Amino acid sequence: MSIDRRAVDHVARLARLDLSEDERAVMLSELQQILGHAEKIQALDLDDVEPMSHSVPMVNQVRPDEVKPSLTQADALANAPEVEDHRFKVPRIMEDEG
Amino acid sequence: MAEIHWMTAMELAAALESGDLSSREITEALVARTDALDETLGTYLHRTTERALAEAGEADARRKAGEAKSRFDGVPLAYKDLFITKGVPTTSGSKILKGFVPPYDATVVARSHEAGLPMLGKLNMDEFAMGSSTENSGYQLTRNPWDTERVPGGSSGGSAAAVASGMTPWAWGTDTGGSIRQPASLCSLVGVKPTYGFVSRYGMIAFASSLDQAGPLTRTVADSAALLEIAAGHDEMDSTSIPGDRPALLDGIDGGIDGLRIGVVKEFSGAGSDPGVTTLIDQAYARLEKLGATIEEVSLPSFEHGIPAYYLIAPAECSSNLARFDGVRYGARVEGDDIIRMTSRTRAQGFGPEVKRRIMLGTYALSAGYYDAYYGKAQKVRTLITSDLAAAYEKVDLIASPTSPTTAFKLGERTDDPMAMYLSDIFTVPVNLAGNAAISVPAGLSPDDGLPVGLQLIAKSLDEPTMFKAAYAFEQDLGFATSDKGRPPL
Repeated sequence: MSIDRRAVDHVARLARLDLSEDERAVMLSELQQILGHAEKIQALDLDDVEPMSHSVPMVNQVRPDEVKPSLTQADALANAPEVEDHRFKVPRIMEDEG
Repeated sequence: MAEIHWMTAMELAAALESGDLSSREITEALVARTDALDETLGTYLHRTTERALAEAGEADARRKAGEAKSRFDGVPLAYKDLFITKGVPTTSGSKILKGFVPPYDATVVARSHEAGLPMLGKLNMDEFAMGSSTENSGYQLTRNPWDTERVPGGSSGGSAAAVASGMTPWAWGTDTGGSIRQPASLCSLVGVKPTYGFVSRYGMIAFASSLDQAGPLTRTVADSAALLEIAAGHDEMDSTSIPGDRPALLDGIDGGIDGLRIGVVKEFSGAGSDPGVTTLIDQAYARLEKLGATIEEVSLPSFEHGIPAYYLIAPAECSSNLARFDGVRYGARVEGDDIIRMTSRTRAQGFGPEVKRRIMLGTYALSAGYYDAYYGKAQKVRTLITSDLAAAYEKVDLIASPTSPTTAFKLGERTDDPMAMYLSDIFTVPVNLAGNAAISVPAGLSPDDGLPVGLQLIAKSLDEPTMFKAAYAFEQDLGFATSDKGRPPL
């Protein structure tokens, strides 16, 4: 299973990375090399092994649902590139409708 | 008295207690040391000198009034720039966070502050802690104090170079796959990756959340135990921090290792370490035996799969964690007509090549059609590594190995070869995957190149006391770390 240029373009789109042509070419050869290294574990027979996502076996940690002081709106917005009416401002999200 | 900048935190605390030194004098000496060396070494991304001097003055006033906040009240320290610091610029080494001023403190920072430790500043690192040489910083190179043409290791390379050159007695770093232990090894320091959950991750800018842990970089084992004690403990702000009390680390650290069973890993013996590293590590095993430990071989067959598993799991988690850098809430923004273009341009310009590589790798490993083959398989390997370790600990109390297969490499030597860089972590990544505690302790200078070599001791989860005891006994018997030979020729 090897990554190709189409997959690089697809993954760059998923990852929201506007990579240049040069970056895509370099990325392809580097990812092929790194994933080639992963082939050794792909070949292992691990059907009977449970996957592990975390080293500490913990179930959900809950706390009492109490109102406590938290960041003020001004603090939360202080680092934003663009703010309007006490909200984060972003470019349009929806396409213009006909 | 020794020169202030070479005094350990324990020695500084004693001098503060006896009144031989004030925190102001100590802080001024460390600031002067940094002024003299940092242009060459490039350790700090942001210095907070005025704040450190003010905090030192407050610490002196508290001592005078008999109200010291802790034994170490007034001993200054510095932080890897990955820890959020309220009111102090924090970038995690990335251009995408240029200008970010956090509105709160990380728990590690808050607890260090509560103990009275003045903040000297924020230290350079590989961008978002991704790297083994600090060459991936978005801002500057950091040089190894032992040889300024070589890397300090990474990702906590700024922390390591600052401590090794006497700019601060101690610093906080973070370790996701070796980012504390490997630079400690390359700069002749003590570096600790505590058990996962030992220290709160609240306010650490996340790289791979199931692997990240904070830990100390210091010049002695006792200083590492002391700094870790200051911040360790449960934190309700981090649901993965382990509940309950932590064991004492400084108390009983000099208890010796008579009868301790130490395992050496069969599969590591042919793992391509430099001959000089192998020589020193074999001598280290002999020294541990002389000190009363028994050495026996253990087999960890799955460890050879550690690197490929790690370089799927860590990028997968990073691709998810770094999704938050979208040009909306903090950091830089590059304009675009719609939100997808704005976000994609912001991320393409704000992230460096290694971070983009890992985001791409992780996104691919998690994407439809590839999840089972890559991420799923890596998660199963993680289970194997953890059970291999558990089986080994039925026979032994600690496992010993080199920390890094090589001494410090030359700047630029591995930057064009990601896989060569990744292999720096071959002995350290399995520990993060399993969640255990490990320490790197100076083992001397390689006969090949005269550069530092580190011994890694891997403990069972939450068995930090045994790990510190063994590292301390080794350090004291070797007598290297605090001797003239153990300091870089600056």
